[in-house]
Amino acid sequence: MDALKARVIELADFVAGPYCGKLLADFGADVIKIEKPGRGDDARYIGPFKDDEPNPEASGTFLYLNTNKRSVELDIETAEGRATFLELIKTADVLIEDRMPGELAKLGLGYEDLHAVNPNLVVTSITPFGQVGPYKDFKAYHLNLYHASGQGYLLPMWAINLDVPPCQGPGYLGLFDGGMAGATATLAALFWRDAGGTGQHVDVSIHHAMMTLERSQLRRFIDDGVDPNRTGKGRLLESLVECKDGEFAVVILSSQQQWEGLWRAMGQPEWGAQPPFDTQKGRSDNYAELRKRLNDWSRTVSQDDLFHSIQREGSAAAPILTAEGVFKLEQFRQRGHFVTIEHPVAGALEYIAQPTRPSGVELAPKRPAPLLGQHTAEVLGELHASAN
Amino acid sequence: MQSALQGIRVIDFGHVLAGPWCTMQLASLGAEVIKVETRSRPDEQRAQHGKGAVANLEANSNFFEINLGKKSVTLNLTTEEGKALAKQLVATADLVLENMRPGVMAKLGLDYDELRKVKPDIIMLSLSGFGGTGPLRRYAAYNPCFTSVGGTSNLTGYAEKKPNTMTNSGGDARAGTAAVFAALVALKFRQETGKGQYIDSSSSEVINSMIGDQMMDYAMNQRSPRRHGNTDKVMAPHNVYRCAGQDAWLSIAVGSEDEWAGLVRAMGNPAWASEADFATMSARKANEARLDQLIGEWTADKDHVATMHLLQGEGVAATPSFKASELFNDPHVLARGQVQEVDHAVLGTRKTITSPYRMSETEVAIRGTAPFIGADTAYVLKDILKLDDAEIARLEEAKVIY
Repeated sequence: MDALKARVIELADFVAGPYCGKLLADFGADVIKIEKPGRGDDARYIGPFKDDEPNPEASGTFLYLNTNKRSVELDIETAEGRATFLELIKTADVLIEDRMPGELAKLGLGYEDLHAVNPNLVVTSITPFGQVGPYKDFKAYHLNLYHASGQGYLLPMWAINLDVPPCQGPGYLGLFDGGMAGATATLAALFWRDAGGTGQHVDVSIHHAMMTLERSQLRRFIDDGVDPNRTGKGRLLESLVECKDGEFAVVILSSQQQWEGLWRAMGQPEWGAQPPFDTQKGRSDNYAELRKRLNDWSRTVSQDDLFHSIQREGSAAAPILTAEGVFKLEQFRQRGHFVTIEHPVAGALEYIAQPTRPSGVELAPKRPAPLLGQHTAEVLGELHASAN
Repeated sequence: MQSALQGIRVIDFGHVLAGPWCTMQLASLGAEVIKVETRSRPDEQRAQHGKGAVANLEANSNFFEINLGKKSVTLNLTTEEGKALAKQLVATADLVLENMRPGVMAKLGLDYDELRKVKPDIIMLSLSGFGGTGPLRRYAAYNPCFTSVGGTSNLTGYAEKKPNTMTNSGGDARAGTAAVFAALVALKFRQETGKGQYIDSSSSEVINSMIGDQMMDYAMNQRSPRRHGNTDKVMAPHNVYRCAGQDAWLSIAVGSEDEWAGLVRAMGNPAWASEADFATMSARKANEARLDQLIGEWTADKDHVATMHLLQGEGVAATPSFKASELFNDPHVLARGQVQEVDHAVLGTRKTITSPYRMSETEVAIRGTAPFIGADTAYVLKDILKLDDAEIARLEEAKVIY
């Protein structure tokens, strides 16, 4: 069995920090999640729940984000809890934490304190705005981060005008971005440590992570001094189309070659080979009318037929899938995009698997997210055993 | 200062966005990234700009944005000698990345099975829209395609409006970022076991895994969640509010009674705020439309940045919906080093965005500008592959180096 040989202590709630921990746990790291006694991670309360019946042991968000971890109930607000926490830290390779900057230092658990007991420890701090700078103590939920990062201002793309307010992205995507940045930097730090380096402090700003991801759009301001916005004016790239079954799809219009495949799939309508629709410029200048004509056609075909008929002609198109569509997509199924995990309370459910699976690695079978405090005795027992 | 990935060499057959994105991040962590490209078929990001092909391969700012700190060697992979040189280069490397259509690397004789013959512990990453296996493996996919198939398009936008096609490049960027993670997992495994690895990553799957929590509703209840604009299931207020100025908006989210009290104080304790309609979180959620209107009336003549400071001072999560111009000049962004100036011989000195993590003991940095095509060909052929000048001249003549 292969695994990331690392012991990770996770002192983090909700999405960003736990996703960082999950990324390491799903590749075999021993991730020990520290939870508030009697309460646990906030994600235990967010759902979704089976039949909408709240149950902190069966929240979908928590179940997804905490696979393969162990849970220890520990109150670091007490002196005893802090002593136990420090014992755990001595055995660890990584701490993932998401407290506001300075909060752990006040408890005597700041980076310097932890480094003193374990110089090989990598501490990864994941917070909305990072550890330094004037906004470091600012509060921000997913909504706020999406907007502060510059991503929200660009959504919804193709807004009809600027009276449509800017919009956050889907789910908790921005918080996942923070967790992904954290996992990446953590592994880089571990790699360097194990190549002869030391422990270190990794400072991740979710805001910075999201802003970096939008660099290709934000740079347009550097190009011409004009702020890109959500109306997407003057950019012939793609179109949303509605299909016969009321579902939606996207067709790509970014080049003459893309257009020709789409045009063939439409059955080579005459208008598509005549001015103004026979050139990129003409189609761009008449985008509204083009969209109307594309929709006149797309409403006569099913989402599935549209997808395959355009792709068969060598051009790009795609169905806009709901969750149901995702679970039914044969491509995903054949590639092992789903993994069934049995959980003592939630039962057997299909989860989305890790997408970047190394081919030659045999990972341990998936374990479900832990019950609150499920591994307290086990983990503390290990500590005592190693101390004796 | 040392770098986390110092001594790691990456051969980059990436083009367009997702692939180059990944290797640029590896470069910022200290890896030496050598981009293999050719004038016979230049990277689309060099050759295409706005409405069509361009003559100058060095003038595209988006190429600059995702190729910072790399080296470039020109090798024409349609020639036998070009392929052979590419293989020799891989033999000196730790990691190979490509994001051609599935099957192309095999056709070139540069697939994992071939490359591991010249470097048994090589790590290879292939990125594609749908992945290298399965019935859709040959299907074309640009960013809006894999955000659509990956389920994010359907969940983006307003409930009463149509789904969103996510035309930005966020899907490519996330596919590239997940590939950085995968590369580091593989490097860590190699450090422990000495074994190389092949990773076949599907951008659609990466995107979908980043809303995997949203997929749980279907797994549990066979129910597909719907898009919901700026709203939240529980919190209210939770929206953007128009402020004074051109298209200026402030996002405000209130998740506790303390935060609500802070908002009410900041607004100057208006009478309506003490109505029963707004007394609890669930009451505020039930009366959200009126609440949003009242808050909007309050923000309408306010400056969005000043109001962020006012609300944050009262412990309320509030941020503007920042425009690019604001971000590039924002005091926090500047203080944290989220932007940096980089020189480029054609594009001039440009501000660009840095990698999102600061590490206390290893340097994370933009180590150089985006390379001109073939800028490092001499270094690669002489210093790494030990070819002499006569041989290089011959290869240039034969358009192997091209």
